Amino acid sequence: MSESEYGEVFREEATELLEELESALLELEKNPTDLKIVGRVFRAMHTIKGSGAMFGFDDIAKFTHHVETVLDKVRDGAVPVTKELIDLTLASRDHITALLDAATGTGAADPARGEEIIAGMQTLVAAATGDAAPAPAPAAKQPEAAPVESEAPQDKTVGQLTHYRIHLKPTAEFFAAGGGVEPLLDELRKLGECTVFLHEPQAREAGDYGLWEALLTTKQGINAVRDVFVFAESSCLVKVVPLATEGDEEFSEHKRLGEILVERGEIAPEALKEILDQQKPLGELLVEAKLVTRTKVESALAEQEMRKSQKLAAQKAKAADSIRVGADKLDRLINLVGELVVTQAQLTQVASQLGESDLVEPVEQIERLTAEMRDCVLGIRMLPIGTTFARFKRLVRDLSTELGKDVVMQTDGAETELDKNVIDQLGDPLVHLIRNSIDHGIEAPDAREAAGKPRRGAIHLSATHAGANVLITVSDDGRGLDREKIREKAIAKGLIKPEAEVDDAAIFNTIFAPGLSTAGTVTSVSGRGVGMDVVKSTVEGLKGSVSVHSSGKGKGTTIAISLPLTLAIIDGLLVQVEDTHFVLPLSQVLECVELTKEDIARFHERRVLPVRDQLVPYVRLRDFFAIPGQRPDLEQLVIVEINDERFGVVLDDVIGEHQTVLKSLGWVYRNAIGVSGSTILGNGKVALILDMPNVLKHARLEEQGAIRNIVH
Amino acid sequence: MATNTEGVEQQATQYLTFVLRDEGFAIEIGKVREVLDVTTLTRIPRMPDYLSGVINLRGSVVPVMDLGQKLGMGPISHTKNTCIMIVELEVEGAMVEMGVLTDSVQMVLDLQAEEIEAVPRMGTNLNTEFIKGMGRQGEDKFLIILDIDRVLASEGEAALRGEMVPSVTETQEAARADAGAA
Repeated sequence: MSESEYGEVFREEATELLEELESALLELEKNPTDLKIVGRVFRAMHTIKGSGAMFGFDDIAKFTHHVETVLDKVRDGAVPVTKELIDLTLASRDHITALLDAATGTGAADPARGEEIIAGMQTLVAAATGDAAPAPAPAAKQPEAAPVESEAPQDKTVGQLTHYRIHLKPTAEFFAAGGGVEPLLDELRKLGECTVFLHEPQAREAGDYGLWEALLTTKQGINAVRDVFVFAESSCLVKVVPLATEGDEEFSEHKRLGEILVERGEIAPEALKEILDQQKPLGELLVEAKLVTRTKVESALAEQEMRKSQKLAAQKAKAADSIRVGADKLDRLINLVGELVVTQAQLTQVASQLGESDLVEPVEQIERLTAEMRDCVLGIRMLPIGTTFARFKRLVRDLSTELGKDVVMQTDGAETELDKNVIDQLGDPLVHLIRNSIDHGIEAPDAREAAGKPRRGAIHLSATHAGANVLITVSDDGRGLDREKIREKAIAKGLIKPEAEVDDAAIFNTIFAPGLSTAGTVTSVSGRGVGMDVVKSTVEGLKGSVSVHSSGKGKGTTIAISLPLTLAIIDGLLVQVEDTHFVLPLSQVLECVELTKEDIARFHERRVLPVRDQLVPYVRLRDFFAIPGQRPDLEQLVIVEINDERFGVVLDDVIGEHQTVLKSLGWVYRNAIGVSGSTILGNGKVALILDMPNVLKHARLEEQGAIRNIVH
Repeated sequence: MATNTEGVEQQATQYLTFVLRDEGFAIEIGKVREVLDVTTLTRIPRMPDYLSGVINLRGSVVPVMDLGQKLGMGPISHTKNTCIMIVELEVEGAMVEMGVLTDSVQMVLDLQAEEIEAVPRMGTNLNTEFIKGMGRQGEDKFLIILDIDRVLASEGEAALRGEMVPSVTETQEAARADAGAA
């Protein structure tokens, strides 16, 4: 992805966030005490800042950081939500828009306006907190502090491979003062790759010692280059011209010698043209030398022409290889295919009832074609997750430089495919996780060395298929989670009781609660405790789950996100209890066995059954869902595997495999237990989709509850 | 009662009247998309009784509520007159459909603003928030005009409240239980 594409991505994202920010602010004005809205405002600001820094929009990141600091105080309740505050925050939103336009060259921003807004906000904060520091102080400090701060990040040549052309023309004074050119050149060579040319003086007059020209490629930044000549500047003519920074397309494109010379001003364009006109084409020269005949040259030229046009055609064809389609069109197509799958199931059923032999073949054909079409259409939406990985590499690089850490990111499973909707929504959570890893997880190089680890920290981002899910993990080899510190924080925030004995997993999971951050200091990167709650809510919105593991202090942290492959159609196993139909995701099903009356008696109604030397606990759906009726003598036990754990569900009948088009149960039932959706069967009846992890969780909780009642 | 007339000042409005347990009710006709005979209802287990389940409405899955039970009047008995009114309402900015189970649907009725009395503060045995007014029909017959949006939306809120319980409270509860056991 090129620089401009990154910019476009950020622009799109920021525009969306700014819209959200505005609507949240307007809502907040109506309900100034609603902390949830404050959270929304804060998160929008925080994400703009994060993405801004990531894509190199430093002005925006810096400005947003100030605003965020104020909002943080609002969130803590130190500063009340007043009309002035809303006005200023809205003004800051407009200012960010202006900065964005300025950065993309479609407008201009007034830096004074930004300072004005920040000063205004700080006055508000000072007034509200009764801060001893008088309001004007921070306001007055602002302008002078800003340039110092901005110096470093604005020099975008630091850390970027940049090419320079350096001219050094010493005077007599320079040599008289004991200066030497070689030491300076050595300094330059230390900075990076350096090629030096000496242009001998044209006339050996006194005072003309020649001109040294160096072509230098370095990451150190232009200031470091200029520093080399800091003592020579008074007695030499020094000119440092940055040619191009890495990724700069203009520079990497091939240039002819003549063009470079003209650009450098070594030769006038007219003079160049004159010389070039004298040059004869190769063909002419060859003919003149009688090496080949004129006709042969002409035929060769004709071939050359042909190849050229061939190449153009190929380029055109390549462009047509992929087409962009609006996501809404695709969604419509997927809905239609969903309907088609349902109708086809109906048709198959009707045909089997009719028993007409002529129908068998076309109906089977339709069944096959529909299945193929379904896979094909769903495949359109599947994209390799690697497209997002690329953008994180940039993030890791920029952040580690900013924080003075040495971090390398490894990725694997970039080819793992996921539904486009899922990938799109996964971007933000992953940014948060990676930022957290770099900022909190990985230690500074010296600290790492002291702890006996390599100076360079590593972040590992991987994606793998695990059944019907995709497992995405972000792990680092940093300092790990500090159990005690998190516990303290969680207690302070009232998330857990001080006297309670809680296991590690429960403590670590509190990091997903809003406002919990264990970072001692707030940096521009993280430490404010937004982020992890965003991660959790986004992932859960995608019907996935997120968990955190830490092997202990100093051993790094792993965050695992598990997501369903697609959200539209699944292969299911259709089962029945009394006259209610259920669908189990086929990918979770291991096998089906029978459960007889004798089996049950043998285990005295304890809900376990040995299946091939393994004792499998089970849940009886009839009991779990309180479905009235008499249980049959022979029941079916379907063994499923959830998170490497086997358990059985007992039901009346297994009907068979079923292509399941997922339908939501509607907002009324979004809280249903053990059921995540529905589907329409061939006969028009509605079947319910079982949410096995949820069934397992509730069954377990209820059994524990029942046991506790016995104990008391 | 002059103080309690807000919200009933509009001119003639068309209402659809229906019966719940022999009592006459009405809702604005603009809210109703269609009226269906009762088809197969699929119950969602472990949900409150007044949520009757879902139906297949031409390929869409639509939730259905037993209005009799929702209003605390007892369940609707399934007879040949039993109907499902498909009502449209706005939930979180999106239009959704919801089925409402009633004993029978009667007719479309024009009511003038002056034919609608304000909601009595007490005596109806119903949550007055759900009532828009009392429509007069003849000398001594009244129709209860329901604010169907409120009736149905209260359901969405309940679901939302349930959903908003953060997983942390589970930890809290577990911690509390542990502490209690110790």
